Amino acid sequence: MSTLRIARLVAAKDLRIEWNSRVFVNQVLPFAGVTMVIFAFALDADSVLQRVAPGLVWLATLFSMLVLVQRAFAVETADGALDALRVAGVDPRAIYLGKAAALGVQLLVLEAVLLFAAVVLYGQTIPAGGWVLLVTTLISATCGLAAVGTLYGGLAAGFTGRETLLPLLTFPAVAPVLIGATRAVEAALGTAGAVVSDGWPWVGLLAVFAVAFGVGGALAFGPLIDE
Amino acid sequence: MTTTDPTLSQTDPADARPSTGAGTGTRATRIIGIATIIAMGWLVAFGLGFSPEDRDQRESVRLLYVHVPTIWIAYLAFIVTAVASAMYFFGKKKSLGWDRLAGASAEIGTAFVAVTLVIGAMWGRLTWGVFWQWDARLTTTALLFVTYIGYLAVRRLDGTHEQRARRSAVIGMLAVLEIPLVHWSVRLWRSLHQEATVLGTDGDVSMDGLMLFSLFVGVLAFSLLYVWLVMHRTRVMAMEDLLDDRDLDDALAARHAEARPVDIGGNEEGTA
Repeated sequence: MSTLRIARLVAAKDLRIEWNSRVFVNQVLPFAGVTMVIFAFALDADSVLQRVAPGLVWLATLFSMLVLVQRAFAVETADGALDALRVAGVDPRAIYLGKAAALGVQLLVLEAVLLFAAVVLYGQTIPAGGWVLLVTTLISATCGLAAVGTLYGGLAAGFTGRETLLPLLTFPAVAPVLIGATRAVEAALGTAGAVVSDGWPWVGLLAVFAVAFGVGGALAFGPLIDE
Repeated sequence: MTTTDPTLSQTDPADARPSTGAGTGTRATRIIGIATIIAMGWLVAFGLGFSPEDRDQRESVRLLYVHVPTIWIAYLAFIVTAVASAMYFFGKKKSLGWDRLAGASAEIGTAFVAVTLVIGAMWGRLTWGVFWQWDARLTTTALLFVTYIGYLAVRRLDGTHEQRARRSAVIGMLAVLEIPLVHWSVRLWRSLHQEATVLGTDGDVSMDGLMLFSLFVGVLAFSLLYVWLVMHRTRVMAMEDLLDDRDLDDALAARHAEARPVDIGGNEEGTA
């Protein structure tokens, strides 16, 4: 079987597990929602919230991503499933790409919900001209986040103290995504007078990031879990 | 697990068992140590005494004789970590000596970045009036610091020495991928937001000769300190690894010795 076909199977398996357990819908999405609400408590002014809404969307995404990554590898390590996959001779690059794809799908849903929350709670509007930039940004940022999250999630999986190690490793690494995605979404939504054309350089950054970490992660994942 | 012992003693017997009995000192480290002390004394003399005060920055310019050398040596240390990680990862022998060099270098580099950040904040307060500016270089340095704290945390995960070496080698090399991306994004972030960058740091100031010399003394002193610390730290790590293995071996030997009279341990010995 080709690597891509195995990756698709791994991704489908992960998404099926999520769908059956409903953890994503019942816990992660509500967690992201409540994060958006407590941001409003902390920044008690409509004008401030409107100004920083794109950044808050991405912050909430990052926090929720940590939960998702822990979860994605908890199901692998619980019954030695990851070891079983390795013993079965599955290409680690395929495991990596599959798990990253499954994480990416969940992140995309999460981001869409958070953007909707920003529209409802923080009074954001999405202008007609911004849609192309917005969707491109979401996809490229999600690829980068999924690449980093899967890589470091695999590294920390199965060790004591992984809950605390994962954010420490992930947050500095995804700082470029947070910066780039926030600016690009600001441009797409026209926050604080930003114009759509400002956003495209940031999408370039996000794409380079996604490719760099996607390739680096696919190569490094095998040695990391091969223990 | 027990197979780690031979590789350890093969790769660096001198590291694991220093010739001077207790401690990790050798003739080389003692010479470098004395040179470090002399250079540090020199740095104090030039940095605080002989070098003139700056026209604009006044006395606070003296902080830069520590600030600049420490960050230069920290970058050097992280390059050493990356190279040593690659040597371990791609090398045929999988020598743990490279892994320990990478770890020791990262520890000392991280400490030096901490010194840079603290001294820089003090200098910033005196010169700019604030401890921190969201300048591209400052922000990148802060993220660099956190990245290597993460690297050091990965080294402390449980597992065998080989597992530690492989994991940290991957992270040590990924950090090299990460830092330019962080720097690029932060630069882009600042340049889009602020018209004028914050006060140009030291680069555009044409330097007085004596100041430049003091800076040179600082670089020399901190380079020596780095080499001295890395040598000692690498040896301490080798001893720690040896201790780990020996504890296990001793425990196994004790178990076997216990089991022998009853004569049921024969099979287990074959697998060990």
